[in-house]
Amino acid sequence: MRLYAICVYLFLYIPIGIIALFSFNAGRHASQFMGFSTQWYGKALDNPFVMDALETSLLAAFITACLASTLGTMAAIALQGVTGWLRTLFDAMIYIAIMIPGIVIGIATLIALVTVFGWLNPLLASLWPDGANPPQLSMGMPTLVAAHTMFTMALVIIIVRARLSGMDRALMEASADLFATPWGTFRQVTLPLIAPAILAGFLLSFTFSFDDFIIAFFVAGSETTLPIYIFSSIRRGVTPEINAIGTMVMGASLLLLVAAQLLLRRGASKSNN
Amino acid sequence: MTERGRKALLLAPAGIWLLVMLALPLLVVFVFSFGERGAAGGYVPAFTLEQYANLPARWTAFKNTLILAPLGTIAALVIAYPLAYFLAVRCSPKWRTSLLILVIVPFWTSILIRSYAWIFILGGRGLPALLETIGIDDVRLINTPFAVLVGIVYGYLPLMVFPIFVSLDKLDKRLLEASADLGSTPWRTFRQVTLPLSVPGIATGCMLVFILLMGEFLIPAILGGGKVFFVGNALVDLFLQSRNWAYGSAVAMTLVVVMLVTVSIYMKFISRLGGQREDVSLM
Repeated sequence: MRLYAICVYLFLYIPIGIIALFSFNAGRHASQFMGFSTQWYGKALDNPFVMDALETSLLAAFITACLASTLGTMAAIALQGVTGWLRTLFDAMIYIAIMIPGIVIGIATLIALVTVFGWLNPLLASLWPDGANPPQLSMGMPTLVAAHTMFTMALVIIIVRARLSGMDRALMEASADLFATPWGTFRQVTLPLIAPAILAGFLLSFTFSFDDFIIAFFVAGSETTLPIYIFSSIRRGVTPEINAIGTMVMGASLLLLVAAQLLLRRGASKSNN
Repeated sequence: MTERGRKALLLAPAGIWLLVMLALPLLVVFVFSFGERGAAGGYVPAFTLEQYANLPARWTAFKNTLILAPLGTIAALVIAYPLAYFLAVRCSPKWRTSLLILVIVPFWTSILIRSYAWIFILGGRGLPALLETIGIDDVRLINTPFAVLVGIVYGYLPLMVFPIFVSLDKLDKRLLEASADLGSTPWRTFRQVTLPLSVPGIATGCMLVFILLMGEFLIPAILGGGKVFFVGNALVDLFLQSRNWAYGSAVAMTLVVVMLVTVSIYMKFISRLGGQREDVSLM
């Protein structure tokens, strides 16, 4: 039994270990280890395409995480005690957002937005004064962020709602009885209690957006995110540079997730007290 | 401001966002699937079932998905179950949390990079070269259904282990002792006590993995090398290469419908399994 467990752990970690090991390979060949070197990390960090892609990914992930955690929290709080068609509509949309494969969300967003932009652009052009350049709506950073925010917002609503339902409602009622304004109750009672869930939602949204390939592949337009860059490089062949990038990305996501875990756990133990 | 007004104001941004970025796009796919392809790609409004009639042209992609997604789910289950059992029942509590975290960690790192690692291992200079040294020649692993299956199990194993662990962890260990005290062999205890009580975990794990696999694109793209492709790969091809939106929409709609039908049949099957078990326990 124990031997079996060890085998499964080896299965899980050997591939990751191989990538990390070969990222320090001195040789150019991907499958022969020629000695230790950090040159590929230097090459990756000097590559302007990699750095551009990294910047795009970080920016998209940051805006996505801010929007998703703010709007998701607002919705989760407002949904408390809401019943009837509005509740059904929200629950259905959140369920669909989670259920539908990412690839279908990607293509659906692509064709819907391209079609809508195709109508709006001539309209904008006709409204604009002659001589001035009318704005052209197209796929790019805003559409990427909009698509990622849609999905991660659904995740945030689920996470924050779970935390809210575990909370003692009497606290909020007491606060209202003691003449706190709704905003005061939110800021001094609700927010401190759900803060760990919001922060965890923020970090999960960030990680999702940063790691996502399939939705970005369709809706990012001419922007190249890091996963898109890695995917197209893999198609051209395996290089130690990609190993270095992969190792750095995995390291960074790990740090974020450990942070999210610690926050969630601290929040849970606090509420148990 | 009234309570109602405040709630509406808080809900509006998320609601509008979901309507515009989720409901509208899915509606567009539905409408486009009845349209026609434009001369230069894209979409021409029409009402025709032609795109759906044309579905058999992509039969291979559906066939691959419908074979490899269930197969991958079962393979992941078979490998995950003993590990979950070990973690929940056999492992000392001192190590349990750390070992569990070690299972989940890979799931939260990019699946793109993790699948790519297998190009090394299954590629010409990895395992096949190793097998050659012990006299087994000409083994092709990369770009085969086997490679895709390995990638699937590797990618989704954590998602399978976790729910099974949860259901086994909740199981009252005294039941196992009682069964042993009553003279039952370990195997019989497992078959008649442990396994039936972990069915909810198995059901959840299988469903999560299966749903994600139905829309899979990356693993077949990276490890199948264009030879083993899923519906996801066909969709990328239809929308980004041939720009055939109407037909692509029909394929996407079919994928979603097939997924929903399979999942609901599966749920019915599981709930019947659960119901039967209750009947037995009542006797």
